Amino acid sequence: MTTLTPVLTRHWDQADSFTRAGYEREGGYSSLRKALTMEPSAIVDAVKDSGLRGRGGAGFPTGMKWGFLAQGTGKPTYLVVNADESEPGTCKDIPLMLANPHVLVEGVIISSFAIGAHQAFIYVRGEVLHVIRRLQQAVAEAYEAGYLGTDILGSGFDLELVVHAGAGAYICGEETALLDSLEGFRGQPRLKPPFPAVAGLYGGPTVVNNVESIASVPSIVGKGADWFASMGTEKSKGFGIFSLSGHVTRPGQYEAPLGITLRELLEMAGGIREGHELKFWTPGGSSTPIFTAEHLDVPLDFESVGAAGSMLGTRALQIFDETTCVVRAVSRWTDFYAHESCGKCTPCREGTYWLKQMLKRLDAGQGTEEDLSTMNDIADNILGRSFCALGDGATSPIHSSIKYFREEYLAHFTHGGCPFDPAKSTKWGA
Amino acid sequence: MLSPPHERGSLDTAHPMTGIPVGFTGHFPEGSAYDVETRQRLEQDAKEIIAKYPKTRSALLPLLHLVQSVDGCVTQVGVEFCASMLDITPAQVTGVATFYTQYKRRPMGDYHVGVCINTLCAVLGGDEIWDALSEHVGVGHDEVTDDGKVSLERLECNAACDFAPVMMVNWEFYDNQTPDSAKQLVDDLRAGRQVPPTRGPNGLCTFKEASRVLAGINDGRAGEGVQAGPESLVGLEIAKEKGWEAP
Repeated sequence: MTTLTPVLTRHWDQADSFTRAGYEREGGYSSLRKALTMEPSAIVDAVKDSGLRGRGGAGFPTGMKWGFLAQGTGKPTYLVVNADESEPGTCKDIPLMLANPHVLVEGVIISSFAIGAHQAFIYVRGEVLHVIRRLQQAVAEAYEAGYLGTDILGSGFDLELVVHAGAGAYICGEETALLDSLEGFRGQPRLKPPFPAVAGLYGGPTVVNNVESIASVPSIVGKGADWFASMGTEKSKGFGIFSLSGHVTRPGQYEAPLGITLRELLEMAGGIREGHELKFWTPGGSSTPIFTAEHLDVPLDFESVGAAGSMLGTRALQIFDETTCVVRAVSRWTDFYAHESCGKCTPCREGTYWLKQMLKRLDAGQGTEEDLSTMNDIADNILGRSFCALGDGATSPIHSSIKYFREEYLAHFTHGGCPFDPAKSTKWGA
Repeated sequence: MLSPPHERGSLDTAHPMTGIPVGFTGHFPEGSAYDVETRQRLEQDAKEIIAKYPKTRSALLPLLHLVQSVDGCVTQVGVEFCASMLDITPAQVTGVATFYTQYKRRPMGDYHVGVCINTLCAVLGGDEIWDALSEHVGVGHDEVTDDGKVSLERLECNAACDFAPVMMVNWEFYDNQTPDSAKQLVDDLRAGRQVPPTRGPNGLCTFKEASRVLAGINDGRAGEGVQAGPESLVGLEIAKEKGWEAP
């Protein structure tokens, strides 16, 4: 039986957890003091040894990403935190930054010291005003305490940190689109290579990491790589925040070792809402192929979820019971991708547009079985052919829903519309 | 991010005297020129914002938020202000401003109300909330009430799925909403009664004031409100109850 392991969420129940005083009372910024006595390369090694993999969805080893930074380019190195949390279902970074922005700030300082960056940014989505206030305040407090600015704690290390608010664009969660946006352009992805580690912000070597990844760094420095690696599975080390939402008795944030199963999490969460049963769920946001009740025991680590045909993504577990129409769910997600497609590449721009039209028609009962083949075909022509992962993500709900719920699509055609009553799936419905 | 054609600027406006189409009229309303005091304040703010960045153009998104704090939307005057501060062309500013959904093309209400209609919130009741609220207020997506107090927006996921169905007012969280609570909220705001966000400051600021914070100007209200909502704490509470800890 896997148990919960609160690390990042450990002090969220303290009323002043977001203040410097509250954070330091629980040992905050002690890892920074330790880090400043270490060789930067030793910090990079510790993060490598810990096995920490990116918590923003892709799961790329964080230490390795740092190790790819181009050396001797003559240009400054930058650290950019991706706080543009917008993937449908994903809701972990926002509460983290609201309740404990200082753990992120401490992580930024340590990580910047490790990679030799003297300028860092937190790119946070613009639609979360109070989170932005908390970040601004935490950064101001860190400057006051001498944790930011020049000669940090007498170490000779200088760092400037800017909180930068986005303006409403899911695509800016894609790291190169984020960099273009941060440079003051439309947020459209760049061709890779070169990767940001070689030519990122202003053409300089740049690390772009997710909030939770950077927030995990202080604990790795403080307690050691072995401590971190003692949690999780062989190739998916450590802990992560699992976000349960939808038709569960107790939705919310559950911090656990990677490899925990939905069955275990649901047991803690009081199960599916009373009188109902699990129908489908996303393991890591809408861009990860849906799972069903047959996947309840899949360990939620990068390898196991991948082997079962989906992706761990951001551990955004959106859970739907039998009252939910899968066609409606997929149609709405597809609206989202069509809305958020940046328009740069044809497969994604046109493909999501047509998928949206088709799903509207299918949901209204005006489709045929042949349309399902056409949709799969469109999705096949987006997947792997788009400029960035947004297009790939858009195909996940299409392919997986047709795979698991073909009969439900067909029922829309024979029924002449959606056979479900949407009132029953609401929070106040039966 | 592509806008529907009707939002891409008008190509067929007729000249008021001749009736002859005068061509493209721009993506944003003209807006009125800033008075001297406003202009000076904006320039001062803009200079401080620009100074934070290694390259000036990085300040464009914050500056667009800043000009929105004056008019409640981006105006042609605001576009030209950004361009002059950053030494780029108005067309370059417009190209960026039209990409992002938070930059508005007409003044939003004092209270800009968003209802999440992405899958999870929609299924849990967001669709019902939207229908009820839109009918109650009498305006649709990105439209404003006649008194200028309330505008509505159909929102994509706002990263609060464990609190579904979620609404935002001036980008503050109103969690666990119902059609009735949504209507009551808007009625209260229109009547001038303060309704604090579920996770936010003790009272709402206006859409324009919110835009200033987004521009990077700390309004000193970070200390207000809860540190976390109940849903954010469920895992921690279970762990404490069971005595579970990280090694």
